[in-house]
Amino acid sequence: MTTTSQPTITGQATNAFDVERIRRDFPILSREVHGKPLVYLDNAATTQKPQCVIDALTTYYSEYNANIHRGVHALSVAATEAYEGARLKIQRFINAGRPEEIVYVRSATEAINLVAQTWGVENIAAGDEIIITGMEHHSNIVPWQMLCAKQGARLRVVPLNDNGELELDEYERMLSPKVKLVAAAHVSNALGTVNPVERLVELAHAQGAVVLLDGAQAVPHAAVDVQAIGCDFYALSSHKVFGPTGVGALYAKYDLLTKMPPYQGGGDMIASVTFENTIYNDVPHKFEAGTPNIADAIGFGAAIDYVTAVGMDAIAAHERDLLEYATEVLSSIPEVRFIGTAKARAAVVSFVIEGVHPHDAGTILDLQGVAVRAGHHCAQPVMLRFKVPATVRASMAFYNTRSEIDALATAVRCVVEKFN
Amino acid sequence: MTSELDDLYQEVILDHNKRPRNRKKLENADRQAEGYNPLCGDHVNVFLKIEGDRVREVTFEGSGCAISTASASLMTEAVRGKTLSEAKELFGRFHGLITGEPGETSDGPGLGKLEVFSGVCKYPARVKCATLAWHTVKAALDDEGEVISTE
Repeated sequence: MTTTSQPTITGQATNAFDVERIRRDFPILSREVHGKPLVYLDNAATTQKPQCVIDALTTYYSEYNANIHRGVHALSVAATEAYEGARLKIQRFINAGRPEEIVYVRSATEAINLVAQTWGVENIAAGDEIIITGMEHHSNIVPWQMLCAKQGARLRVVPLNDNGELELDEYERMLSPKVKLVAAAHVSNALGTVNPVERLVELAHAQGAVVLLDGAQAVPHAAVDVQAIGCDFYALSSHKVFGPTGVGALYAKYDLLTKMPPYQGGGDMIASVTFENTIYNDVPHKFEAGTPNIADAIGFGAAIDYVTAVGMDAIAAHERDLLEYATEVLSSIPEVRFIGTAKARAAVVSFVIEGVHPHDAGTILDLQGVAVRAGHHCAQPVMLRFKVPATVRASMAFYNTRSEIDALATAVRCVVEKFN
Repeated sequence: MTSELDDLYQEVILDHNKRPRNRKKLENADRQAEGYNPLCGDHVNVFLKIEGDRVREVTFEGSGCAISTASASLMTEAVRGKTLSEAKELFGRFHGLITGEPGETSDGPGLGKLEVFSGVCKYPARVKCATLAWHTVKAALDDEGEVISTE
């Protein structure tokens, strides 16, 4: 039975990063949009899937679909192995200390909400403070606002400088024994800024605060080591890292996790149930009530195998080149103004075109086959900070090429021409 | 450039985006409504001066993409001078044009200049941009005193 088929990565066969061979692993990249070759630069919204991920789903459903953790039959055993095997892949991918520290969730959003509703309710009291940053996605703002409202705690926000970087001095001043939690993006989805997470953690821990990092936009771009970072919680999402939608993971330090109350009640999260008393299952199962998203968890594992085989360092190097090139070619268009010019940046360029609303730009780019995001990127406070209604965001992945960046630049020039 | 692009962004739309007509607050407005598109954050305020059963003056305030700005601008030109029922009927026909469902009103008089928006129905993501000002003016005509959302 094929439950752990190895991905075929043709790209890593040579020392040079062979992007054309990698592109052939992603069937969607050969399609056309509006009669033009698809130039997919909306990877921060979701990434495309390699054939091995698509195959992992098909194989599961056509060969060993069964419920997990309960059956004695062959299919159930195979499904359980594949599902738990994917957990080990996630653990190794972010270098968590043990597999029990990985909790399956629906999304990075659910990972954050899980922490807010379990650890948060238990540990945040009236008068306490939670610190977030000015570049957070709504998913790392709203759960904390809800928690603060419920517990009578105060939400504080680390401001951004004009480049879209955290004002670390201000962060240091905000930290005090009142602060129980710091929640920050590892990489900003709207600006691409890579935050100095080790420093954030060090300063927070010195004051006794726990740190949650939203890693949804970080894991697709470079190797992540949660133990080296030292964070207490780390949220990630499968579909941002070339896996299926509908599944994500929460990393939580084992000691914290074992002390947390359960999230949802139901099957699989219990050791025994009577009408008088229920004994909860061990972690991480205590947090995984009900039949989980088995197929997509297995697909998530296949995606991790794939990027690991390509090599996260090779991916980071290729994307660094793309980012530099995109910055260079777009800078040569006088009407383009970048929003977010942090020194440390993932392969994301966010910009506005003088005299053109980003939604019009987005439509005109689409007509030329170039898929970007035009909007507030679920980060409205960031738009407010930079006094723009929205931006055009081109977010790159390791399968993008310099010639696709050229297509983006040509399309942007066309926007400028149309509106002037 | 592609004909698709020219169909969507016709000269009239580009012109009304650059030089929106009647974009100002109307002092002493009889009716007013606010429209909001939560998807893109576009806001529009529409002001009406009514005399008898006729729209004497109509203006708007707000900013958004070219489609929504031009649509608001052309809406003010189209609605001015109409009776309240004519204006509501115009809303129905414009809505039909944009959503590609002309329905029973297709036999009526042509939409004139407003037909420049006919290309929008091919872009579902942009339909709300074109209809925001119209939903808002309809709310003002109906005198609904709440914020109108496209959602």
